[in-house]
Amino acid sequence: MNVAEVKKKPLKNYLGIWGWVWAGRYNVERYLYTLQRVTGLGIILYGILHLTANGMRISGEGLWEDTMSLFENPVFAVGEYLVIAAFLIHALNGLRLILQQLGYTLGAPKPPIYPYSHALQRRRPIVLAMGALGAILLLLILIDFVV
Amino acid sequence: MTEKEKSLTAEELTFRVQRYEPTRDEKSHLQEFVIPFTKGMTVLDGLNYIKEKIDNTLAFRTSCRMGICGSCGMLINGLPKLACHTPVEELGKDVVEIKSLPNYGIIKDLIPDLIPLFESHKAIKPYILRSDSEEMEEPTAEYTQSPQELEEYLQFSYCVKCGICLAACPTSATDVLFLGPQSLAQAYRYCADSRDEGVRERTAIVDSGHGVWLCHLAGACSEACPKGVDPALAIQLLKRTVLAQTLRLRKKKEPSLVAPPPAEEKPKLPVPEFTAKR
Ligand code: HEM
Ligand code: FES
Repeated sequence: MNVAEVKKKPLKNYLGIWGWVWAGRYNVERYLYTLQRVTGLGIILYGILHLTANGMRISGEGLWEDTMSLFENPVFAVGEYLVIAAFLIHALNGLRLILQQLGYTLGAPKPPIYPYSHALQRRRPIVLAMGALGAILLLLILIDFVV
Repeated sequence: MTEKEKSLTAEELTFRVQRYEPTRDEKSHLQEFVIPFTKGMTVLDGLNYIKEKIDNTLAFRTSCRMGICGSCGMLINGLPKLACHTPVEELGKDVVEIKSLPNYGIIKDLIPDLIPLFESHKAIKPYILRSDSEEMEEPTAEYTQSPQELEEYLQFSYCVKCGICLAACPTSATDVLFLGPQSLAQAYRYCADSRDEGVRERTAIVDSGHGVWLCHLAGACSEACPKGVDPALAIQLLKRTVLAQTLRLRKKKEPSLVAPPPAEEKPKLPVPEFTAKR
């Protein structure tokens, strides 16, 4: 066999962006990693739209009112709710990330004695409490939206 | 009957194994093998059976077959695990899909290219760094360390370098140059060692474009680690250490001293008559 052939580069085998979307039944924080990005990008997208639309006001009353009437349909109402939801999720999870990434709330290292556990798993109640708070707030906002 | 119950009575297993032959293939493919099920068998036992009885060209790494050497990390039914530490019954299925660890290249079949892992590990200086280089070269005694000081890093020192954490990590999935959970956790393991004085040196290495700040705490490394090392915890503690070092907030702590010579020699126990050489 030819040596040059054997020395062929290893076959690429990276999960890539799909690895953010789904990579199997991992802990919930792995998917919050993705959600933090998606919601963050969503907020930026909204911010751009928001600034462009509100910028129309400079060009006079008429154009402003025309633009605003564009947004008076159910699609944008749902969109607005989604933006609020994205912001809420992003902010709540962001606060958790700030604390935990600086080593707070995670506890001290523990000798690995079977069955193993890890810090995030032992602190799962934080994520659950955050989720519950988010769900309650989103429900209240939804009621406010519909009524 | 649920799938789990079925697997306990199954007489045969189907192993779907990723095959890639670098001299011939452009892409990898899955090959099916039907093998007998025996009670208590591990995925590694199944692979060994295939290699011995069906197809000796199948390539995979293994050595200790007891979760110590870290050779046999592979993707088993979608999750990275040590083949020797994964009983087939635990998977609850009689079809087992086995692939090479993702987020590495594939050299052949189930053999991932772990060179980037070892290079990153070397890059963070995984050894005690001291300013008393003379004592390091020609030690007169050991450095002292209390049990409490040991606990600060002991958990992180159980790493077997199997590379499973990088296969689980979403940052490693998209950034080939990311130092990765294994080496970052080891950077903390040494920074947290009371005998070490290398925090500043390692900060310069991990506080970089593909370093510690690319960890966004997905925690998948800790979920996947077969040794309970909890790299995610080590990395967050490393961030705190690096931040404190950069902001000059780190409390100055003298490294461990060389153990003093014993005050007096303990009397040696007498050698029992029956073992003494005459
Ligand atoms: C209360 C408000 C907010 C908090 C507490 C917050 C917190 C955070 C934190 C801690 C991260 C880092 C997460 C990580 O390490 O993976 C993050 C990421 C991000 N944030 Fe925010 N954020 C807030 C508002 C915003 C706003 C208003 C925007 C948009 C303009 C935004 C856009 C983003 C984006 C795009 C990311 C993704 C970065 C990445 O994944 O690498 N955030 N946020
Ligand atoms: S063969 Fe050594 S860890 Fe599996």
